[in-house]
Amino acid sequence: MVAVVGVGYSGFNSTTPDLSWKEIMYEAAVRAYTDAGINPRRDVDSFVTCAEDIYEGFAIFDEFVPDQLGAVVKPTCTVSGDFLYGVATAYMQIRSGLADIAVVEAHSKASDIQTFGNVVKFAMDPIWLRNIGNAHPYYLAALEMFQYMSERCLGEEDVARVVVKNKNNALLNESAPYAANVTIDDVMASPKLFDPMKKMEIAPLADGCVVFVLASDKVARELTDSPVWVKGVGWWSETYGYDTASLSAMYAYKAAKMAYRMAGIANPAKEVDFAEVDDRFAFKELQHIEALQLAGKFDSARLMAEGYFDRDGALPVNVSGGSLGVGNLLECTGGQKALEVVLQLRGEAGKKQLSDVETGVAQAWRYLPTHSGAVAVFGV
Amino acid sequence: MAVGKKDIECPPYAEGTPLSDADIKQKKVTYVEDHPDIRYSWTAGQAISKFLNGLKEGKILGVKCNKCGRVMVPPRMFCELCYKPIDGWVELKDTGTVETFSISYIDPDARPLPEPVIVAVISIDGASPHMGIMHILDEVKPEDVYIGMKVKAVWKSEEEREGAITDIKYWKPMEG
Repeated sequence: MVAVVGVGYSGFNSTTPDLSWKEIMYEAAVRAYTDAGINPRRDVDSFVTCAEDIYEGFAIFDEFVPDQLGAVVKPTCTVSGDFLYGVATAYMQIRSGLADIAVVEAHSKASDIQTFGNVVKFAMDPIWLRNIGNAHPYYLAALEMFQYMSERCLGEEDVARVVVKNKNNALLNESAPYAANVTIDDVMASPKLFDPMKKMEIAPLADGCVVFVLASDKVARELTDSPVWVKGVGWWSETYGYDTASLSAMYAYKAAKMAYRMAGIANPAKEVDFAEVDDRFAFKELQHIEALQLAGKFDSARLMAEGYFDRDGALPVNVSGGSLGVGNLLECTGGQKALEVVLQLRGEAGKKQLSDVETGVAQAWRYLPTHSGAVAVFGV
Repeated sequence: MAVGKKDIECPPYAEGTPLSDADIKQKKVTYVEDHPDIRYSWTAGQAISKFLNGLKEGKILGVKCNKCGRVMVPPRMFCELCYKPIDGWVELKDTGTVETFSISYIDPDARPLPEPVIVAVISIDGASPHMGIMHILDEVKPEDVYIGMKVKAVWKSEEEREGAITDIKYWKPMEG
């Protein structure tokens, strides 16, 4: 067994002109180590950071990691992916006996990127996808959205409801810069930037950092009376192209299957108490709820309309406000989601605290233009 | 040691057999060219902002940690060895010692430079041993540079300085 014994975060903010990305990392890491009651220079066996060089703006990001994490002259590696991939990596290092205590870090300093659209385009095949037209590549999400809506017979209101729920949930989150008291009329009136996708259905960029301290069960029980267990982890990739992928979030379905199997969860819709899923485009929340088997194939929009996924519903989804409320944190997206799950399970989620929760799921997609993602199941 | 401008060709057998420009132009290789426009503006943060603003005033600033006693440059908000916040700022001298150097003859595209560039790691006087910055040396012949050489910063004029590491134009040997 592997437990989360410390969490820390910095942000989340729409921009952070006063701090460098190194200083954001230091702030989050100090909080995580204080929370865990450990000294990183003495106690940590392995450091895992999650970063993508093109988001940072410089190559070989792993070389820039050690100082601000307390990892100088220590085992350190970088996973090029979301925070949840880092959780999976640290989990394996601990289970294999390589480490008793491992640290996972991911951050976003998206406000440093001046040309985000071109950064996303940089991930497209340069030979035959990148230079088709000159629209902002968010259209990739709209392509998938329109197909999903058509297959599930969804109306525009069905997608708009996700924005209403999440931005209102975010009002209870002190760290959600895009919280807003919006109605369905507000969302419906939002301009269509990528028809049928509206501006308010796109999570704006945000800055922040999340650091977790993970430990073996023996060490976890020495450090804390209230460990949160990593019950299962999973990750999966389909294929890279929009012309070859299924556009059905198979990555989330398969990653969740892997994590549920490890966690011994046979019926997720009954056994999972709440979930934080990737909603960086509003329709993705519906698609991911379905892929995580939290609702039947044609049920997620209907249940959303009935309030089933509201914070006082039967299976709350994105009580943190999700990425629509907190912002798109790039590779730290899964970090924000896992953080919310852990805080809820500890009973430390403040005003947004849910009652009687024992099992929560965090899920992150590797964002445009991928068909990859990871899932982690946490429990007490 | 090899110094000064020199012939930097290797014998052909050591270079391998490259594709020629003509091969490329004749499309003997099928390829697609792209020149992405990707731009960033990195926030310097607390420590480096103060350092860069110091350069604008012609000062080199460092920080100190009272636990390990080090005076560090370039500055940071935390001591990475003791893993605690730094304890204060100190103004350092704009003189130092060459720790290591290289006389570099080609540019990043592997084209010969008109004059070699002397890149050096310089430990700054007043900072802890071996702490300093990497910069370039000038007003010195390549063959006269040595490890341990004392050097001094040559600054841009006050009007030209903009709060960048290039506010120091280069370092030159100290006389005497």
